[in-house]
Amino acid sequence: MDEECITQWNKTGDTSTLRNRKIFPTSEKTLQTPSTLLSKDKNKKFSKDPPTRVLLMLVVGLSFSTRLYKITEPPHVCWDETHFGKMGSYYINRTFFFDVHPPLGKMLIGLAGYMTGYDGTFPFIKPGDKYKHHNYWGMRGFCAALGSCLPIFAYLIVLELSQSHSAALITAILLIFDTGFITISQYILLDPILMFFIMAAVLSMVKFNQQRCSPFAASWWLWLVLTGANLAGALGVKFVGLFVILLVGLNTVWDLWRLLGDLSLSLVEIAKHFLARVVGLILLPLFLYVTIFAIHFVVLNKSGPGDGFFSSAFQSRLIGNNLHNASMPEYLAYGSTITVKNLRIAGGYLHSHWHLYPEGVGARQQQVTAYLHKDYNNLWLVHRQDANESQSGTPDLVRHGDIIRLEHKETTRNLHGHLHEAPLTKKHFQVTGYGINGTGDTNDLWQVEVCGGQNGDLVKVLRSKVRFLHRATGCVLYSSGKTLPKWGWEQVEVTCSPYLKETPSSQWNIEDHINPKLPNISLSVLKPHFLEILLESHIVMIRGNSGLKPKDNEMNSKPWHWPINYQGLRFSGVNDTEYRVYLLGNPVVWWMNLASLGLYPIMVAVVSIAIQRGFSLKHSHVLMREGGLLLFGWLLHYAPFYTMGRVLYYHHYFPAMLFSSMLTGITFDILLKSTDLILRPPYSDRLQTLGQMVLLFSVLYSFYLFHPLSYGMTGPLAHEPGSTMAGLKWMDSWEF
Amino acid sequence: MLQLPLVVTAQVDVVLLLVSFLSLWTRLTQLGYPNAVVFDEVYYGQFVSLYMKRVFFIDDSGPPLGHMILALGAYLGGFDGNFVWNRIGAEYPSSVSVVGLRLLPAVCGSLCVPLVYLLTLELRFSHLAALGAAVLLLLENSLIVQSRFMLLESVLIFFLLLAAFSYLRFHNAAPHSVFRFGWLLLSGASCAAAVGVKYMGVFSYLLLLGVASLHTWNLIGDRTVSHLSVCVQCVCRAVCLLVVPLLLYVFWFYVHLTLLHRSGPHDQLMSSAFQASLEGGLSRITQGQPLEVAYGSQVTLRSSASQPIPCWLHSHKVNYPIRYENGRGSSHQQQVTCYPFKDVNNWWIIKDPDRQDLVVSSPPRPVRHGDVIQLLHGMTSRFLNSHDVAAPMSPHSQEVSGYIDFNVSMPAQNLWRVDVLNREAESESWKTILSDVRLVHVNTSAVLKLSGVSLPDWGFRQLEVVAEKHFKSQSVGWTVEEHRYGTSQEQKEREAELHSPTHIDVDRKISFWAKFLELQWKMLTVKLEDSEHKYSSSPLEWVTMETNIAYWLHSSTNAQIHLIGNPVSWGVANLSLLAYQLLAAIYLLRRRRGFKDLPDGAWCQFVCLGCVCVGGWLVNFVPFLLMEKTLFLYHYLPALCYLHLLTPALLEHTHTHLLSRATHRRALCVCVTAVLVSVFLSYRTFCPLTYGSPELSANQLQGLKWRDSWDILYRRR
Repeated sequence: MDEECITQWNKTGDTSTLRNRKIFPTSEKTLQTPSTLLSKDKNKKFSKDPPTRVLLMLVVGLSFSTRLYKITEPPHVCWDETHFGKMGSYYINRTFFFDVHPPLGKMLIGLAGYMTGYDGTFPFIKPGDKYKHHNYWGMRGFCAALGSCLPIFAYLIVLELSQSHSAALITAILLIFDTGFITISQYILLDPILMFFIMAAVLSMVKFNQQRCSPFAASWWLWLVLTGANLAGALGVKFVGLFVILLVGLNTVWDLWRLLGDLSLSLVEIAKHFLARVVGLILLPLFLYVTIFAIHFVVLNKSGPGDGFFSSAFQSRLIGNNLHNASMPEYLAYGSTITVKNLRIAGGYLHSHWHLYPEGVGARQQQVTAYLHKDYNNLWLVHRQDANESQSGTPDLVRHGDIIRLEHKETTRNLHGHLHEAPLTKKHFQVTGYGINGTGDTNDLWQVEVCGGQNGDLVKVLRSKVRFLHRATGCVLYSSGKTLPKWGWEQVEVTCSPYLKETPSSQWNIEDHINPKLPNISLSVLKPHFLEILLESHIVMIRGNSGLKPKDNEMNSKPWHWPINYQGLRFSGVNDTEYRVYLLGNPVVWWMNLASLGLYPIMVAVVSIAIQRGFSLKHSHVLMREGGLLLFGWLLHYAPFYTMGRVLYYHHYFPAMLFSSMLTGITFDILLKSTDLILRPPYSDRLQTLGQMVLLFSVLYSFYLFHPLSYGMTGPLAHEPGSTMAGLKWMDSWEF
Repeated sequence: MLQLPLVVTAQVDVVLLLVSFLSLWTRLTQLGYPNAVVFDEVYYGQFVSLYMKRVFFIDDSGPPLGHMILALGAYLGGFDGNFVWNRIGAEYPSSVSVVGLRLLPAVCGSLCVPLVYLLTLELRFSHLAALGAAVLLLLENSLIVQSRFMLLESVLIFFLLLAAFSYLRFHNAAPHSVFRFGWLLLSGASCAAAVGVKYMGVFSYLLLLGVASLHTWNLIGDRTVSHLSVCVQCVCRAVCLLVVPLLLYVFWFYVHLTLLHRSGPHDQLMSSAFQASLEGGLSRITQGQPLEVAYGSQVTLRSSASQPIPCWLHSHKVNYPIRYENGRGSSHQQQVTCYPFKDVNNWWIIKDPDRQDLVVSSPPRPVRHGDVIQLLHGMTSRFLNSHDVAAPMSPHSQEVSGYIDFNVSMPAQNLWRVDVLNREAESESWKTILSDVRLVHVNTSAVLKLSGVSLPDWGFRQLEVVAEKHFKSQSVGWTVEEHRYGTSQEQKEREAELHSPTHIDVDRKISFWAKFLELQWKMLTVKLEDSEHKYSSSPLEWVTMETNIAYWLHSSTNAQIHLIGNPVSWGVANLSLLAYQLLAAIYLLRRRRGFKDLPDGAWCQFVCLGCVCVGGWLVNFVPFLLMEKTLFLYHYLPALCYLHLLTPALLEHTHTHLLSRATHRRALCVCVTAVLVSVFLSYRTFCPLTYGSPELSANQLQGLKWRDSWDILYRRR
């Protein structure tokens, strides 16, 4: 512990006298002073350091000016603004919707719009729609402001990690002059918000690590709490935030392990450390995250497009939904028209349509599936075993143990099961629609069973859990949760399961119940508990995320495309007459990052073998420890995409790109500083300065070349000679 | 001088001999029973037959070494490959040597037991622990079942254990011994063999590499050794553990490809060049074709994408429907499709746009990269055409049609530019079979490609061909497969010519490396339709043995064979896994706080045990959790072997280091004895299901159903 603190002090001491690097490794072991005093000393030195302030102001100025320049251009909806702008409007209108991401990002967008006078009336139907008189600059400006913080945070993080202004400045320049980051920050998107929280969390974590010499001091607590809060923010915007949580978590585990090995600390103190981190990094973020959802559910109380994804109980909360203060016949009766919903979370409605199972998949009869959206094909008629309905008087009620026939209203086929293999779950039997106009065979008969009920019990609409047992084979109607292939319209498989265990997958409830011959009674559906809503909405989101499968005709981006800047995304405009914006990283910056990703492991390998063989090298600590942290961050934000089955886009790489840029800063800085291994001092310094200048000018010049990508291009496309981008289409796959 | 008397001193480990004998006995008795196809024998058997007949096949389940070992057994047993492997339970005729088919896997399975004994000794545990491990393995019903049939798991486990054992031998050997590198070489070779049997072996190989690099890292850190010596040692290790396995792995393929030189059922999956290198099949047709495609050539064009199935560019005398089902319109010109069968309608004639004649001039004018051509359909005389009309199934792409000028309102757009994709590797000119060609539509610069979608009934369910501008996928290449120089000017003669077989003589070969790379790539990418199997299970069910597999049921009686493990040893294995993790956590935390419970030697031994056994279990189990293929209980067996290694070693550790009082130690010994006895008893109990005899009554079978989820079959009588 002591040794570490002294190392810290040495490094900060080193910043003011950047040129005297050589004393650093030797002085490390000679200084022995109490740690608390040193850290105060360090803070003072740090804040008074004039270049820090000037450089920081420079970075702030450049960052904000590049991102806020032409913020209102183009004055129409660009790319995913159509989703997130729309969802921001939903918050202003308080309409319930469904999205695969957690709500914080869209809530902030909605808030920003609300504060700047946007009234939520713009429909955001499709990209290219003109905003006209609507106030959209507030939402864009808010995202851009958060996006402007990224280079600043990166600058501070690298400065804190490496204690080198040049490394920090390289990082900041890479990020400020990257066209990709400028473009992605300028529109109403979740990414700038997400990356803001990610970077803020990393910055707080790094700052917190620096406070290790003064545990439980005010600033120690401050950075701990800030880390926790930002983690909650990151996860609240997109599930990608999980990766930064993992990074912080592993860093904390490592930190605790270090503390545990410090024999000067008593177990009680270690327990205090442990508990403080549990509170700051687990309980606090959890609380904030839950709060975000609480606000989400309180704000959105009107029925909207997302209702069908949720259970009947959930829907009854929403004003305007037909289940809100629902009024329908209380008990299931013969002759009624019903919808049947599976009880598994996000289970869907029992559904059928005119399409048949394809050849080779069981019998070639009509498909029966589970479908998440409300649709007239979800309607079924309840019939007696023998088709004779009592035509007059009040209809009879269905009781536990009754044998019924379910007829699909639209196609007049009966719900039918037989001993063929189900399409996906081969251990189960196939369920089809069979017969015509309600006439079928004995395989169309199902026994109604109310869970926990006895013979003769009535079936309560909405509240009873019902199972349908197939008479002929004894299996039970089951929704497997597996998505059917294209022939089944990617709806969910419905089977008949021979395993009779009671699971939500085999239980159904009657949601809509229409019978004009019976009086409607106001039904109070059991209001779900908040935690149930929370769990349900998460499961629905996760399902939705994994359901985003790439379509055949869409170009889909592969993770290996990203680091090489293989292909960008069209934000706006296609033809040469339109105003075009193309999300593509500055190739010079990106390829520099790529190079440093290759260079870094080589440098580490050389250094670590040298150390293992007994040589000592300066900078090895920064290179291996801090660089390792950044490399790890990059890997965490990049590698998982290889295992994801969902559709991927270029912009998913941007969080990883932040880490990569910071790593580049450190790597290039150390590489340039290592010139003194081959040259003598005056020449090595000159070479170092030369290297930095080359770096700076190549980034600036490439930014000058590529800036129309972000700030808009008009006129002919790049492959024609008259274009502003002529000659800049360095890769065939770029589409500008 | 020869010294007399001549003395040979031999030390024989009687225990080792005894367990080896027992193991051979349990695995080899009555190997020929049942005299019927058991479970996956039906799958591996067909490949064995193909080896016997030297017919080429491709199996995506694993590299060829395992199949070759099975085939070797069959070869030695005199199997001639004449047996139809079509269903489980089919009786073998007397001409098939069943013992021969099953002998090699059974021997490999038996050798695992002595190997485990030796491995425990190399982990520096006592002979008693080694005996314990051997007994656990010996009495494991699932391993016995898996060894006794023509299956690959026992071979895989044998190589995995051999690799671990020989590496530890190397590591434990005296530093200056010369023979130690022999052990390292053996370790590398058995890694290659394990990977060669099943891809799953890769994970164990990686674990071994990890352990080896850790040891090497310590070696580098040893400053008493000179730089030169470190370099030499590192290079030696790299050669033995990286280069040798790689070369051996390629060698398996070399043997595989040398053995299989006849064309067979899986030819279609391979490129034309590969097919042409096999005897029979395509080579019979293509033998003697002209090499260079020239103006006037008659060709069939095969799509080089093998997804969804290989097919040839095709057209026929039916037009696109005027309106599709969804109301969109078409050009109502002749359909162009891709057809997966040989057909006379697959022939196209390459025409120079500036000339009218359709015969090859003499000398032939070859088509080169960048040339613009027209493609004329041989039977219907329509030009291959594309235009700005949405394709039937993929509306984002352009329709491709057969065009003839009958005063239709649409202009002809039938010029195509030839892009030879592999012109760097081959040559600028368009060659039969060798060249991969992209056809670029001149007017729209769209590329002719297979969309991968089947047309509906009006297109006879053939595959759709489109032209696409923004092509990113790889399915854009076409290869000339059948080829001849056209000689007849008249349409009637030409049709007759198209119907006649091809001839003329040229010789061509592709190198072994090209074949190896193509085969390897195909094996990794060809995905057969994955579906659930009646006995498939998920990895989490394996740990608690929730599931079993019925391997065989007698055709008339209740005699049956199941893959069911020994429930007692299975449970003990899980317990010891938990116990190890718990102990390791406690030790680690306490060491971090400065309490050294174990002397350094014992700690090293404990860590090494964990690396090999727990590590081995992890790498052989965890990857399955992430896999999406159909999985079976037998995939767990390698992982299980590592757990059986762990149990006795952990008990010995407890005995020596954790229990200090004599009474406790005695109690432990009693417990261990009790466990061993119950392991033996449960082995005896499940023997009828392991060996398939004696036949049990329905009641007895019911009694063996220890878990509700097991599927044990009863015959209704």
